Amino acid sequence: MRSLFACLVLTVAVGIGTCGQVIRIGVVGPMAYIQGAHHWYGATLAAEEINAAGGIEVDGTKYTIELVRIDSNEMQPGPEAVGAVERAITALKVDFLIGGFRTEAMLAMTEVAADYKKIFLIAGAADDALLKGRVDKNYDRYKYLFRVTPVRSTSLARVSFILLGEVMDAFRRELGIAEPRVAIIAEQAAWANQVVTLVELMANAPLPFGLGGKHVGTWRPSALATSVAAELSAVERAGAHIVFTVFSGPVGVVFGRDWGRLQIPVATVGINVEAQAQGWLTATGGFGAYMATVGIYAEGVAVTEKTLPFVDSFRTKFGEIPLYTAGTYDAIYILADAIRRAGSLQTDAVIQALEVTDYVATLGRVVFDELHDPIWGPEHLTGLGVQWQEGAPRAFWPREWQPDPAAHPGLVVGYPGTVPYQIPPWVVDHWRGADK
Amino acid sequence: MVADILVNGLVRSGVYAMLAVGFGLVFGVGRVLNLAHTAFYMVASYGILHFVATGLGTPLAVFLTALGVIAIGLALYKFFIEPVREMEATVLIATLAVAILLQELLLVFFGSEIRHVPAAFPGYTRIAGVRLGNQEMATLVLAAISLLGTWLVLSRTRLGLAIRAAAQDREVANLMGINVNRVTAIVMALGFLLASLAGAAVAPLLPVEPRMWMHPLVIVLAAVVLGGLGSLKGSVIGAVILAFAEVLVVFLIPGGSYLRTAIALLIMVCVFLIRPEGLFGAGATEER
Repeated sequence: MRSLFACLVLTVAVGIGTCGQVIRIGVVGPMAYIQGAHHWYGATLAAEEINAAGGIEVDGTKYTIELVRIDSNEMQPGPEAVGAVERAITALKVDFLIGGFRTEAMLAMTEVAADYKKIFLIAGAADDALLKGRVDKNYDRYKYLFRVTPVRSTSLARVSFILLGEVMDAFRRELGIAEPRVAIIAEQAAWANQVVTLVELMANAPLPFGLGGKHVGTWRPSALATSVAAELSAVERAGAHIVFTVFSGPVGVVFGRDWGRLQIPVATVGINVEAQAQGWLTATGGFGAYMATVGIYAEGVAVTEKTLPFVDSFRTKFGEIPLYTAGTYDAIYILADAIRRAGSLQTDAVIQALEVTDYVATLGRVVFDELHDPIWGPEHLTGLGVQWQEGAPRAFWPREWQPDPAAHPGLVVGYPGTVPYQIPPWVVDHWRGADK
Repeated sequence: MVADILVNGLVRSGVYAMLAVGFGLVFGVGRVLNLAHTAFYMVASYGILHFVATGLGTPLAVFLTALGVIAIGLALYKFFIEPVREMEATVLIATLAVAILLQELLLVFFGSEIRHVPAAFPGYTRIAGVRLGNQEMATLVLAAISLLGTWLVLSRTRLGLAIRAAAQDREVANLMGINVNRVTAIVMALGFLLASLAGAAVAPLLPVEPRMWMHPLVIVLAAVVLGGLGSLKGSVIGAVILAFAEVLVVFLIPGGSYLRTAIALLIMVCVFLIRPEGLFGAGATEER
């Protein structure tokens, strides 16, 4: 029935003082899932704050933000997402679009945005191809597309690759395993392909250029699989020490529960969007402890001065820690900043202002490159390595990260509040003294 | 690897078989192609979730859930399905509507987030070097007991005789003094019981959420058709074949494990090319 309701678009006026001019922003996401709910929560919080502060002043006129909730139902394959965005533009008359999640749907939804010349700030989909090969090859058509979060797939792969290296180092240091064996379990989705390819290549490459380990296999369950017990049996049979995960959908919960419940003797690290959520331990029945993932927010870690106030407000209002899709919060602030600088709501003027954005957001300093992608790296966006320890998501990276020890030996990146990575105790028990 | 495939395949077979037998029984006797069958399995999972959360022990939670599912199922059958039972296409749509209605009700009362039911049998055991959850073993035992119980009822009791008679020829059974409508209602209740037991068994193993009925429905339909519509033995064997096909794909084609259901269904299509009536379709009349 969700599919029947997917076309139901709710318009919600947010905040106060909507008696003046309004800017209508369509928030696109799979609203029946936590990823879409956080799209909406993040946007709601930003809109309320901006409206409470008097709105956005453009050429002497005050505008308040009005959000339009667009349920793209994009977790399920099908054409609903495109129809939802088209209705938002044509019937509900949104001025801007933010959000999106599943790359396969986003490729089509952003085509609609390009058709109607609507600015779409992507906050949720990582695939490089959403911008690469579009903004650079056909600027006039695709100049309306920008990505706020996450960083593109290849940068995500670099972060997750660094995190995998951290875990492999922990195996060498604590268990004396010189060449850790790595298995990959990745959901079958377009965005995951680049991450999988890079990790497969680098896992086997010798140190210091690669990770100095051994890749023992890759499993690709459906993003909506309801059990991965068989995959985990196969991973254990392959003799893996570490399983590298690439999950954005509900299969991440399934994996965490089966892994902890069966105490599979492998450490986990990688990307697992569901493990960024406050309800992770509840959803996995408590079996998701020690899960490690790329994340944006973690307990007590201030990436910028805006991070902790945002996380606190979000938690107070919604009772949860924000997922990365709550980056719609930053997307709205970045859009508002660009509109103010442009002094106009005219699309080309806002695009020009967005292109020269240099904005300190909750997730780091956002500067767009020539593809309209946020720049990844020290002093820009890095992301976090997050592990569930003692009932909370705690950041273990970047702690003492040297991005380029050869060229910049003095450059060490670390955020206050990070803690060391912990190998799960049953994994330590299994491999300590075992045939390595 | 053989042990892994055997163990994982058996566990999956147990769940699929429990669902397929309930579905096959209802179709075989009642001639009702009940697309809502796996929705009752979903309702049972939520029932267990609710009762366990209120502090009831698992056996009492299972008992109350089964009673509730049977009551809800029979009420829905009486109001929505029985009046249109003679029109097969209408029955299909009506049962699908019932499934979606149940899904939306659960969405309203429990929300869309994934829920977890604590295992009645936590921990795991190693069998032939394979790590097998104790809950999975309990599921397998429950499946065996359910299937054995169903077989005993059908083959060793007067009720079973009436059910088999009604399945063979409803009109003749009616003429012989069997209350066919009552027998059909009893079979529906038996189907709901099997669905609720399957739901209770897998609730701690699978994510409990309002769309959890869709994937099993595809598999159950495939198992029943593969085995031969109306054949209970065929339903069980169809379920086992599909379950093992899924597990084999995971172990033999790791990079294509997302294709496991598609490949299982492809096997079904290949069987149809050789035996369009399904594996036991020709002998279905005797079987019933």
